Amino acid sequence: MKHFDDILSYCEKAAFDLNFTLAKNWKKEKQDRVLVGYLPIYVPREIIHAANGLPVGIMGAGDRKQIIKGDAYYQSYICHLPRGIIEMALDTNLNDFDGFLFPAICDCIRNLSGMFKLSRKGKFQRYFDYPQNFDPAIGGAFYSQEMEKVMDDIYRINGIKVTNEKLNYAIKLYNRNRKLIEEIYRIRQEFPWRLSAVETYHILRAGITMPVEEHNEILSQVVEAISEERGEPMDNIRVVVTGSFCEQPPIGLIKSIEMAGCYIVDDDFMQGSRWILGDIQDDTNEPLKALTDAYINQSTFASAYYDVGNPKGKRLVELVRSRNGDGVIFCAASFCDPALLDRPMMQKECDEAGIPHINFQFHENTGQFKVIKEQAGTFSDSIKLWV
Amino acid sequence: MAQPKEVIKEKSMVLQKEMLAKQFHDLSTAKESGKKVVYTFVPGNLTELILSFDMLPVYPEINALQSGMRKKSASYIKDAEKMGFSEDVCTYVKCDIGMMLNGNIGPTGEKLPDPDLLLLSYTGCFTFMKWFENLERLYPGVPVAMLHTPYQEDGQITDDQVQYMVKQLKEEVIPKMEQVSGKKYNHDRLSKMMENSARSEDLLVNVLESAKRVPTPIDAYFAGVYYIGPIFTAFRGTEEAVEYYSELWNEVQQRIQLGLGPITPEGELKEEKFRLVMEGPPNWTNFREFWKIFYDMGAVIVASSYTKVGGVYDLGFRHEPDKPLESLSKYCMGCYTNMNLPQRVGMLEQYVKEYKADGFLINSIKSCNSFSAGQLMIMREIEQRTGVPVGFIESDLVDPRYFSYANIKNRLESYFQMLEQRKIILAQEGTTV
Ligand code: SF4
Ligand code: SF4
Repeated sequence: MKHFDDILSYCEKAAFDLNFTLAKNWKKEKQDRVLVGYLPIYVPREIIHAANGLPVGIMGAGDRKQIIKGDAYYQSYICHLPRGIIEMALDTNLNDFDGFLFPAICDCIRNLSGMFKLSRKGKFQRYFDYPQNFDPAIGGAFYSQEMEKVMDDIYRINGIKVTNEKLNYAIKLYNRNRKLIEEIYRIRQEFPWRLSAVETYHILRAGITMPVEEHNEILSQVVEAISEERGEPMDNIRVVVTGSFCEQPPIGLIKSIEMAGCYIVDDDFMQGSRWILGDIQDDTNEPLKALTDAYINQSTFASAYYDVGNPKGKRLVELVRSRNGDGVIFCAASFCDPALLDRPMMQKECDEAGIPHINFQFHENTGQFKVIKEQAGTFSDSIKLWV
Repeated sequence: MAQPKEVIKEKSMVLQKEMLAKQFHDLSTAKESGKKVVYTFVPGNLTELILSFDMLPVYPEINALQSGMRKKSASYIKDAEKMGFSEDVCTYVKCDIGMMLNGNIGPTGEKLPDPDLLLLSYTGCFTFMKWFENLERLYPGVPVAMLHTPYQEDGQITDDQVQYMVKQLKEEVIPKMEQVSGKKYNHDRLSKMMENSARSEDLLVNVLESAKRVPTPIDAYFAGVYYIGPIFTAFRGTEEAVEYYSELWNEVQQRIQLGLGPITPEGELKEEKFRLVMEGPPNWTNFREFWKIFYDMGAVIVASSYTKVGGVYDLGFRHEPDKPLESLSKYCMGCYTNMNLPQRVGMLEQYVKEYKADGFLINSIKSCNSFSAGQLMIMREIEQRTGVPVGFIESDLVDPRYFSYANIKNRLESYFQMLEQRKIILAQEGTTV
């Protein structure tokens, strides 16, 4: 095993490499490899893997790139994420990508798919629609068709037909990926000092920039490392941070919450990598159906997912309880309708369950964290007083 | 001459007023008359289907815009913000929620009935989904029927998508409607209504396309949303709608014959100076002032995208009596907000050319991502493709905090000056050629 600090710094570098060097190098190794960029939040990466593709998460430019051209494409009252992505598309960052997927999470991402179409970035630019009907025969069939369209897009580029065998193999790899990630969260729930939230974030975000096989290696080394004692326990409160993260928080924000005396025992920063809860069947003759069933029955809760019948507020409360959390920090991107419209309902559920909460709004390139740190500090102090 | 013009003008408007008053009255007495009430949305609405079950539709966005026009929206929005809704989000939702918190009083001062069914068809806007998740909590226990409308991602409507929607209609929407209304789905009745729909649609398209004439007899944006379009949503499929649009079309034909310009709140427009294509919703809180800036300068909107959120009939779509469910599905998917960006640009480009527009203008709405995200790119594309000067103003649908009269007026005045100069240059070029 590499030195743990080396792993951490490797992940940090990969996570914020806006040139996606690892992915581009992977592509260069063989001719029929394709790079498929996907926008937040979730796409079934298995189908891309099975078609000899590398799914690469494009989570925005954050605070790592100066936005010059992107601002000319968006009014001030639109969230920050798409302008960073347009900036990357107009620069060279997204060159060598063969195609792009825009999951159906909000109108901004949806219209961004059209902007990519108009500027003909990549060989395909597909809006990936999620069904909001959860009957397997109706919504499920629709979802399968959506996946088939993506496989066709890739087939047109590299001529590779996805077989059941390849798809089952990909499912197996991603099952392992999710399982290892959950193991990290499980260990952190018990021993949150062993791996900080910032480190966890780097490790997860790095995963969407490299082949899953490599990420699985890294994750198992992380699990191994944090199965042993590391760091010092502190007198911190335990919070769940939720914001239905599409636009990603700046690292300074996560750091500020931690420095204010909060262990982040769960979060939805990189929720696309944790979208499916539990394993997907990997040994069937109908792997596409297995992926569909998983989407319909095993999705996490999120703003992008219609929740009637399984309200997300209740699910948040359950999550806080299962993590033994003391409170919730609501943290949504400014101008993000989906996350912000969910907030009052979710706060109400927390109130009813007696779970304290505070809320912030942020931009991915927010540079000032003083207020956030103070608020989180007061929150932490008030909880400590009560406990 | 002036006498009959006034009379002609008033007939369709009086008709419209009566129809709307009756509709809100029917709603306010729905519980006594035993009529069931369905809350749903304008884009991709299933009006014929709802009416075929003898249920009454309520469109929350229409209530919100009416609240905006009646100067009630500011306080409704504030009440919703007090509940925890962010300043940043769609003001239609906040206005509607605020209105419900304040007794749900409709535009005629009568109380709107609570819903018996929430029909969530969220064509072309995600916020609709969030809106209904909120309504579902405000009216616990009311059944929700979800109709997911796939986006025209490839710029076309595929058979698979139609089948997906028909399945949802058959297995999700219709059974819930049957359960709530206590009536059976009636194919023949629905077909019959669709005949009426198609007739109204033909007439509506005639009216809208009359703006291709120079000068135009109608304003396709302000008048479009004020008295040409509103009847469409709640009444499409009825005999009354056909009657209304026949009347309106007669009036427009007469205006053409008499060589009259569009109707404005201060009489007809005397001189058409600038013909514009408009993208984006209007502002409702200061609708009259907003409109006045245009007609005072002799600017008229000859085509607009906002009047197509309830259907893009001028591109050919008609409800089909033979296949009512398929056609409802295609209708939902075809609405403007459900068209992808390249399609939208294509349509607007066509409008600029076919309606002989001098300029293209965007009214960008602060709180509406569905429209606003991407508009600046649309603007560039239209400029490149058509060469007409493009203009950009910002306001909000129902939040008066974001309507700055002076700002908008200044911007528009400079824009009209630019159009004026261009006209002069073009005229000079024309004479030298
Ligand atoms: S941050 Fe919110 S509004 Fe912006 S793209 Fe993401 S989901 Fe959409
Ligand atoms: S975001 Fe725009 S389209 Fe959607 S509900 Fe609000 S105003 Fe309507």
